[in-house]
Amino acid sequence: MPSQWCPNPRVFPDSGRFCVPLWLSDITCFERRLRVGVYWAIAVRSFRRFSTYRIATASGAFTNTVFGFILCGIYLTLWHERPGLGGYDTADALTFVWLQQGLLMPVGIWGATTTGELGERVRSGEIAVDLYRPTHLLLWWLSVDLGRAMFQLLVRGGAPLLVGALVFDLKFPSTPQAWLGVAAGVFLAILVSFGIRYLVALSGFWITDTRGMEQLALVLSTFFSGMILPLVVFPGAIGAIARATPWAATMQVPIDIWLGRNPGGTGSALLFQLGWIVVLLLGAQLVTSVATRKVVIQGG
Amino acid sequence: MVERIVRAPSQYWMLIMMWVRSSMAYPASFVLMLFSSMVLTVMDFVAIVLMFSHITSFGGFSLAEMALLYATASITLGIADLFTGSIERVGERIRTGTFDAYLIRPVPAFLQTAADGFALRRIGRPLQALVVMVFAFSRLDVDWTVARGIMLVVSIAAGTVIFGAIFVLGAAFQFVSVDSAELANSFTYGGQTLTQYPLAVFGKEIVRAVTFVVPLAFVNYYPVLYLLGKPAPLGLPSWIGLLSPLVAVVMVALASLAWRAGLRRYRSTGS
Repeated sequence: MPSQWCPNPRVFPDSGRFCVPLWLSDITCFERRLRVGVYWAIAVRSFRRFSTYRIATASGAFTNTVFGFILCGIYLTLWHERPGLGGYDTADALTFVWLQQGLLMPVGIWGATTTGELGERVRSGEIAVDLYRPTHLLLWWLSVDLGRAMFQLLVRGGAPLLVGALVFDLKFPSTPQAWLGVAAGVFLAILVSFGIRYLVALSGFWITDTRGMEQLALVLSTFFSGMILPLVVFPGAIGAIARATPWAATMQVPIDIWLGRNPGGTGSALLFQLGWIVVLLLGAQLVTSVATRKVVIQGG
Repeated sequence: MVERIVRAPSQYWMLIMMWVRSSMAYPASFVLMLFSSMVLTVMDFVAIVLMFSHITSFGGFSLAEMALLYATASITLGIADLFTGSIERVGERIRTGTFDAYLIRPVPAFLQTAADGFALRRIGRPLQALVVMVFAFSRLDVDWTVARGIMLVVSIAAGTVIFGAIFVLGAAFQFVSVDSAELANSFTYGGQTLTQYPLAVFGKEIVRAVTFVVPLAFVNYYPVLYLLGKPAPLGLPSWIGLLSPLVAVVMVALASLAWRAGLRRYRSTGS
């Protein structure tokens, strides 16, 4: 479906109200006039949508904090037994814990509500409505995901990190350039993760039961992102392989940028992330166009 | 009251078999999900094995001893999660008002909530933990007696009940705050992560907290210490490892009081 196509209100009088989820309903008139602005509007509304689940967010942040303390206890022991393990000192290891807990939800290591919904829409056929919109499918869902990520980064990332910093002596980037590097690293990490999650969601166009695919993605992401243990601790070949995967770019790499521990410096770390983004988003774009050409929705 | 308790197991069995039959409708999919559940939940043990590629002892525990701690933590949480884990979805039912339906059916609301969406694939967690336990005992030199065997089985049952009670307490809290499902994860899944490791490494305050406040130490830590003949921390007597069943009874009493209080508080949805 060409992206320039715009529903004619006279031909499709209901196209605005009928097809859009409730929480997005007020942007359809808007999107006919604006092309780039619409994606910003989507992201802003997605941000607001997630900011309404206050208690759920607070209990999630509490759980991240509890896990942060547990992991700190484990890593303190581990780095006490082996000081300097993986090139980290104890402060690095503790900072890793709180950044890991803070990035878990925003980056969507275990999947995210937004791409989960996309997968559900592919399964149910509601995706037809998304394809009907005069927006690009990938950009639409990327905007939705970025709005979500931004909110979760502020609250579910910020709150545990603040608690961790009050209790432990954590490392923080010291120069404005380092902060800029961190911001770029986290943003790119979200893009890499989105690329993977989008591909998994769209696999539903070819596989009827995508749960297996989702589980596989979950296993790979948990193992290779640095979620079970910092990748610097992975021994030998497993470590080398893990550090080259796209999942490393979603968590280990941005944390190493924060710590200033990337083997080749921040620049090469960002390039590594960019490389995977190009591969994943090109793949995603290809899959989108193939899928929309072959798509057959229930009932015709 | 007595009659309700006597009938409960068969009612619960009927409810969960309904869900088992539905998941068995696609056997290939079920096997795949079971397998991936095992792979996903064994990750924590993989992390421990990876750690031991650099160290030989963690807080005074060897790899085999760590494997035993991991296995007991994972089996107890896994079985509790299998049978009562679904109860955390009660908040969703309270919000939408579908909890009403449970109250008018001739089966206790508790059983219906606990059996809601029973997922047999969750048996993957205790299954992989059982494999780890076999590995642990093959490498450990335990002086086996009948009494010790019974003690291990009873402790695992008690640990399962303690985790189950925590699931129920978390669900009961959702009658007060419907969106707080994730809060209980701190104590259930967080509790599993914590009890996989020798608790003494977390410091005296944590050991006190998980002994006297949230009795997670009785799930596996004290029983395992007793089995391995290691001294208990804080100068506690070593027979503290035999108290798990007692703690389980107390936890069940607390959880049942909390669930009843929550149920009384339920006023259905207003919109």
